[in-house]
Amino acid sequence: MRDLLRHAWLVLRKDLVLEWRARTAFLSTLVFTVLVLLVFNFGRDPTAVAPLDLAPSVLWVTFTFAAMLALNRAFQLELENQALDGLLLTPMSRSSLYLGKFGANLAFVTVVEAVALPLFAIFFNVPVLPRLGPLAAVTLLATIGFVAVGTLFSAMVIRTRFAELLLPVLLLPFMIPPLVWAVQTTAKLFAGRPLSEMEGWLRLLAAYDIVFVALATLLFPATVSE
Amino acid sequence: MLRAESLRHAFGRIRALDDISFTLAPGDTLTIFGPNGAGKTTLLRVLAGLVRPQGGRVHLDGGRRAVGWIGHAAHLYGHLTVRENVMFWASLYDVPARERPARGDAVLERLDLSGRADQPVRTLSRGLLQRAAIARALVHDPLVLLLDEPFTGLDLAAAAEFRALLHELAAAGRVMVLATHNVEEGAELATHVAFQRAGRFVALAPRGQRGAAEIADAYRRAMTDA
Repeated sequence: MRDLLRHAWLVLRKDLVLEWRARTAFLSTLVFTVLVLLVFNFGRDPTAVAPLDLAPSVLWVTFTFAAMLALNRAFQLELENQALDGLLLTPMSRSSLYLGKFGANLAFVTVVEAVALPLFAIFFNVPVLPRLGPLAAVTLLATIGFVAVGTLFSAMVIRTRFAELLLPVLLLPFMIPPLVWAVQTTAKLFAGRPLSEMEGWLRLLAAYDIVFVALATLLFPATVSE
Repeated sequence: MLRAESLRHAFGRIRALDDISFTLAPGDTLTIFGPNGAGKTTLLRVLAGLVRPQGGRVHLDGGRRAVGWIGHAAHLYGHLTVRENVMFWASLYDVPARERPARGDAVLERLDLSGRADQPVRTLSRGLLQRAAIARALVHDPLVLLLDEPFTGLDLAAAAEFRALLHELAAAGRVMVLATHNVEEGAELATHVAFQRAGRFVALAPRGQRGAAEIADAYRRAMTDA
């Protein structure tokens, strides 16, 4: 268990250092996120639908697109000089590799979301600050779930010719449940409803996370084996 | 000790490995000659544990921790320095933290890379990249070296230096399997010679007193007769 987590930490740290040095994926994801928010902001008729009614869906569609871009790059890092083969040659378990990649992706997507949230609040005039704690918890719970599945699928498609296209096709059906629950919870948060009304959705998000992190950790070795 | 027993593997209808068996003791170097597509790289990937063979078994003292791989691909990250790369791979191979700096410095010194240690890998020439890849493969002091056309990209002086290093490693009891189609390069290091064609060893014998010219003649005959 100690080796599992130590190796995972080494992979996670390496990915974040690479991302910090290159910054291309982070900056392009961020620019893309801002553009999506701009399109939603200027592409709606504020007199037809109240911004507060639209805001939860817009927020989660934006996060979904950003996560897709982030997850696509997860294993592309390992294509350089065929580093993935190097990782598979080491005594590190495949599950460690998965957990390291999952951790790095989660950190990456969370940072993008943290930068996007204030922009979203400005564009849609949503008072985010009073609900920041619960909103951050919902965002983290939903993000853990789809990053867990996305990291697995990202490894599956990376050696295919149309990885960028295949990942959303595979991942989006699995993202629907956590997205629906996250949108419902966010809508209640923005409407100022008490936390007890969201308890059910939060439990479902937590259950989804536990099931899919465990499943993906178990299935990952089969996706990278020849 | 490295033992392969009746290894079989196919990609669709193409036989990559067809009943390959051999045993190597410490200090032995098996050089495998064969044309492109003979199955040499697949054999090395099976020995390394990267590919699970459809038939047969590999016995390797020390498991994956005991294997060092030098091939066409460097398995290095462009945005990390040479030293950071070597340290990262050393940590994944569980080289104790206290020993890592000294081990890394020694292997970089041996490959004449000390002056480049803090240079990002993406700025290295092809030859220097290959030397860094060799450093990466040797940092955990592997008992078994799997070498897939390892001289690719090295200039004459660096290739001669690398051959001397391989002689040292063999004298120190390392087992080596070298796959190449260059008879001159491979014959000098071999204690055993195999000719592979269409997945089969059409010949496998100790090198004995044979020189490169004799081995080249035997190779040509084996390829035309088979």
